[in-house]
Amino acid sequence: MARKSARERMTNEINAGAMADIAFLLLIFFLVTTTIVEDRGILVRLPPWSDDPPEIEQLNERNVFSILVNAQDQLLVRGEPANIDDLRERAKEFILNPERRSDLSESPDKAIISLKNDRGTSYEMYLEVYNEIMGAYNELRDEAARASFGSSYEDLDINQRSEIRTQIPMILSEAEPTDFGEEG
Amino acid sequence: MSRFRKKRGKASPAIQTASLPDIIFMLLFFFMVVTVLRDAELIVEVRTPEATELSSLERKSLVNYIYIGRPFERHQHLYGTSPRIQMGDAIRGLEHIPLFIGEHRLRVPENQIPAITTSLRVDKTVTMGIVSDVKTELRKAEQYKVNYSARPRID
Repeated sequence: MARKSARERMTNEINAGAMADIAFLLLIFFLVTTTIVEDRGILVRLPPWSDDPPEIEQLNERNVFSILVNAQDQLLVRGEPANIDDLRERAKEFILNPERRSDLSESPDKAIISLKNDRGTSYEMYLEVYNEIMGAYNELRDEAARASFGSSYEDLDINQRSEIRTQIPMILSEAEPTDFGEEG
Repeated sequence: MSRFRKKRGKASPAIQTASLPDIIFMLLFFFMVVTVLRDAELIVEVRTPEATELSSLERKSLVNYIYIGRPFERHQHLYGTSPRIQMGDAIRGLEHIPLFIGEHRLRVPENQIPAITTSLRVDKTVTMGIVSDVKTELRKAEQYKVNYSARPRID
């Protein structure tokens, strides 16, 4: 018998040699059509919009840390020119007020950061200022977490986190930008 | 003579390629997992600023993107050179923002609507005027969760 039986032919192995080619094709397709996930950023919560002008609230001046940024990306912190590199330390000192100075905030939960920029301020500068403020709060919360729970803020559970957050709430108020130096 | 024959007998056979598909598949799955499909072609140039206090966005389906930047050179004859807003794959005006947010809300289960995040991918050279306008529109559209997209700073 020269011819193989039907059964014998069925048991032949599938030729898998082309499998690599198919996989390569898919791989190259995905390589070309995709981008690496890199979406990270500073997560913020915007305040609700109201058409009425906001109520003018009389605040104790010592509790307000005002930051102004002009169209030339220059900083004015509490009425004096300042450098972005000192901002984080100054904000931390203001919020915590460890020496109980009479010109810094009464307590961390009364501290208000007020941020105002111009329409001509660059987005890079704005985000840098925002980043420093966030950084100041993150560092303070982390220190508080270590002091009361002995671990970093990241490792706390939800209840512990909210306890820290009530101790050191982040109150940031953004004013409508001024309009002096917007590009045409 | 026998020496020669011996050598030939030792010559290695063809390399085994049977596991090659497995290796390639592994690579394939790796790339499938770590990547996302490009959802829109950028018309504006966006180089995000650098920051340190970053958090990453989870749940791709709950994120929508608004790009702000200057149009690329090949689009400048259409859109000019000053910063523009891109939503989806087109340049749109500020007035389109409520519609854009509303469209996304329709695609999401109702209980997850408050978790929708708008990721602002803004070029670092853009001035705050246009960004403030976008923020105001987002607040009017009751879209409060916003992410300022940034790259990690490498010191």
